[in-house]
Amino acid sequence: MSTGPVRLRAGTDLPTRTYRVTRLDLVRYAGASGDFNAIHWSDRAATGVGLPGVIAHGMYTMGLAARAVTSWTGDPGGVLEYGVRFTRPVPVPDTDDGTEVVVAGTVKPAERDGCVLLALTVTCHGDRVLAQARAVVRAG
Amino acid sequence: MPLDHSYVGRDYPVPEPYLVSREKIREFAEAIGATDAAYVDRDAARALGYPDVIAPPTFAITVIGLGAQLMISDESLGLNFGRVVHGDQRFEYTRPIAAGDQLTCVVYIDEITSRGGHDFLTYRGEVRTTAGEPVVTGRTRLVIRGDQ
Repeated sequence: MSTGPVRLRAGTDLPTRTYRVTRLDLVRYAGASGDFNAIHWSDRAATGVGLPGVIAHGMYTMGLAARAVTSWTGDPGGVLEYGVRFTRPVPVPDTDDGTEVVVAGTVKPAERDGCVLLALTVTCHGDRVLAQARAVVRAG
Repeated sequence: MPLDHSYVGRDYPVPEPYLVSREKIREFAEAIGATDAAYVDRDAARALGYPDVIAPPTFAITVIGLGAQLMISDESLGLNFGRVVHGDQRFEYTRPIAAGDQLTCVVYIDEITSRGGHDFLTYRGEVRTTAGEPVVTGRTRLVIRGDQ
């Protein structure tokens, strides 16, 4: 499947991107972002607040979905608006394989001139982890 | 205890400018696994019309987070961070953040509501250059779970 930029015409279904997420990725994201909340690296901390175990940073999942967006558009600076609602945590087991986040997208018309809206569907094991996930991007 | 709604309108300016480096952008891009050339290759960024390498869209949270941290550690506001869940996040970009930018950030509390024993706090992070040019606005909704 192509991983390069796509022609952004309303009605197009974008090629789905699948990203593997391991504990190492969360540790790396914690360092890069400065978000050291222990629920993202310590099972003890996560279960202590009622979670099943370590979960991904919401902003990490949002970052992965943005990674899909820029892979489709080819110009990361052409993202003009981007928003999500965090609906469900992404548990990341302490295994070599971790888990997978899948990002699908559809191109829709945008209200802004020269732009399109990318409506994203972001899932983990079939569950939607982000809702109302949308980016308004320059159509190029 | 519910949050004090009179904190709406309160602002938290980050005291020092944030200097955006190529290395920090590269680190952030690698952390989300992004391989876009514009994040690491100055020529590729210039070919797209940017002065230097640019940052991934969600990099803005690392700058806004500095202001949010001031709000979270404001003891008089009394946010119990152990009970906080990130509800919504939005960004509106005037232009991408680029290496070499000197950025200021002010976080404003826009809304506090209470419903069903939970508090909801919406804040806005305004990121500008030190010259006052707008760069990106972030809007964050936090859910503060009540005692069950």
